[in-house]
Amino acid sequence: MLDSVIFYFFAGIAVISAALMVTRRNAIHSAVFLITTLLATAGIFLQLRAEFLFISQIILYVGGIMVLFIFVIMLVRLDVPLPQIRSRTQKWIALLVALAVGLEAGFVIWQARKADGQGLLIPNAAPASQLRPNTEELARSLFESYLLPFEIASVLLLVAMVGAVVMAKKRTDA
Amino acid sequence: MSPMLHSILAFVQTWWVELLCAVLIIVVVPLIAGYIVLVERKVMADMQARLGPMRVGPHGLLQPIADALKLLIKEDLIPDNADQFIFWVAPVLSMTAALTSMGAVAFGPWFQVARDINIGLLFVVGVSALGPFGIVLGGWASNNHYSIIGALRSTAQLISYETTAGFALVSGFLLAGTLNVRAIVETQRTDQAWYIFLAPVGFFTYLIASIAETNRAPFDLPEAESELVAGYMTEYSGFRWSLYFLAEYANMIVVASVGTTLFLGGWLRPFPNVRWLAWLDAAPALLLAVVGVYCVFRAGKQPARVQSLFMWAVALGCFVIAAIFALAAPFRHLPLQFMHDGLYGAFWFLLKVSAYIYIFMWLRFTLPRFRFDQLMRLGWHILIPLALVNVVNVGIALALSSEFGVNRWLAMLVTTGVTLAAAMLLLRWNDKYSAAASAALLADSSIVEDSHAG
Repeated sequence: MLDSVIFYFFAGIAVISAALMVTRRNAIHSAVFLITTLLATAGIFLQLRAEFLFISQIILYVGGIMVLFIFVIMLVRLDVPLPQIRSRTQKWIALLVALAVGLEAGFVIWQARKADGQGLLIPNAAPASQLRPNTEELARSLFESYLLPFEIASVLLLVAMVGAVVMAKKRTDA
Repeated sequence: MSPMLHSILAFVQTWWVELLCAVLIIVVVPLIAGYIVLVERKVMADMQARLGPMRVGPHGLLQPIADALKLLIKEDLIPDNADQFIFWVAPVLSMTAALTSMGAVAFGPWFQVARDINIGLLFVVGVSALGPFGIVLGGWASNNHYSIIGALRSTAQLISYETTAGFALVSGFLLAGTLNVRAIVETQRTDQAWYIFLAPVGFFTYLIASIAETNRAPFDLPEAESELVAGYMTEYSGFRWSLYFLAEYANMIVVASVGTTLFLGGWLRPFPNVRWLAWLDAAPALLLAVVGVYCVFRAGKQPARVQSLFMWAVALGCFVIAAIFALAAPFRHLPLQFMHDGLYGAFWFLLKVSAYIYIFMWLRFTLPRFRFDQLMRLGWHILIPLALVNVVNVGIALALSSEFGVNRWLAMLVTTGVTLAAAMLLLRWNDKYSAAASAALLADSSIVEDSHAG
């Protein structure tokens, strides 16, 4: 009972603020509602006992990426929308993508309805006492099962970082 | 709605301890923040050979309450051209983040809201990192140049120093081998050492980064009054302003608690395993009794009758709390052990947090403010490389002691030496670099001429 109340609370906040994010004209308001959406999704992760996912969502997306978003929005004046951004074709492409995503979500819900023993929309979490510590599980899979892909991804990020520094440096040296 | 009511009742029945802790945090932290302000003014006065607030109550003890009342009554202004919604939300956001992050801090072995979350300290760090949104959004919503420059400065500063703080925490997490707050403190008991002694460089980089993160002097550029009026809170007044103020002090408590938990042994008394130092357990009761005696001694010398009465009340309070400590002492190995552990744990934890915050004040009143480029250079050229080297060296020391059987203290000593040598090299290199950079800046006139010519 309480579980579903908490789930619908977070899910409702996520959906409503996502809708508000798309419809706001002011870029900063959109960013604030995007933050709200991300936080509400993090709340759902926490309810599923995925603690590490919850905190990495908050630290990376909300604390890191969104701060940079707002930084950029404040530096670049976005209150005057450029005409070429608001092209006519964009509307139709957006509609198509939204339709595809909606169909996919509907299909998943329909499939979940057919599987027996599952709740309709409410995720059934195992009791917390039966779960193994989240952080250790993640570390084990990263450093044992998926060591090579993990290292490749980190090297890729490092290369991107060095590249960004070099590009920024070139401009100041000239 | 009776099943709903029923489940709420069941919820309260299972979680009443946690709910009580949460309510206590929300109620007490603003009060403590007010008294930290009083202590700060007193410390500043002491360092400048003055008395500080003396009028409201004996030795200004009621000053925070008077200030709070004044702030509540003040007119609450919202500028016409401000973004109303965000102007309203921003200070609330700052305060909420600071208070929420306190949920996972263990103020004693029993006083913690989120008891068994596996991510522990990471929760505290992550959620308190949401506080800057309040500053940035508030600065933007004010629609004022000073505010927005303060907000931009604070964002840049936070992004830079959060990296350092994160790496410094990683060196502590490596030693503890867990993120769980209670487990971190317990491993410091079994390791028989606070991690400040095993990873001193980690502690000091965290200390510097935490000062920068809470926007305190000498890193208080977002609110530098000689340049930006009051920075991001220029347009705020009355109760909203006090919310920002409270959030700043609550954040100080949060970073101090994180540092205390990870590096200063949390709620453990100094040397918890040394038998002949057990008399330290009597320290809380003795200390309070001494304060009480001092208050009795001073009560007769107060200028007004009300003030001497208040002094008597303070003395009585001290004696009562000392008596509670003394009465709880015999329960150390009895079924009521939690009372003893909770009281004494909270005492030592709060003592360490106060010492940490005292360092903040000390630095604030003795060091001049940084220039912004100095701040950035310190962060990116010195602290981040140093913290990185420290993480690698702590890892090497751990591997040496666990895989090759080298004495742990020896390994730590050698690797700390290597880290400090790296710090020296960094400083020298940075001096050279900054000399070259300022020489380039001086020769910059040619660039300006070139751009005009081009």
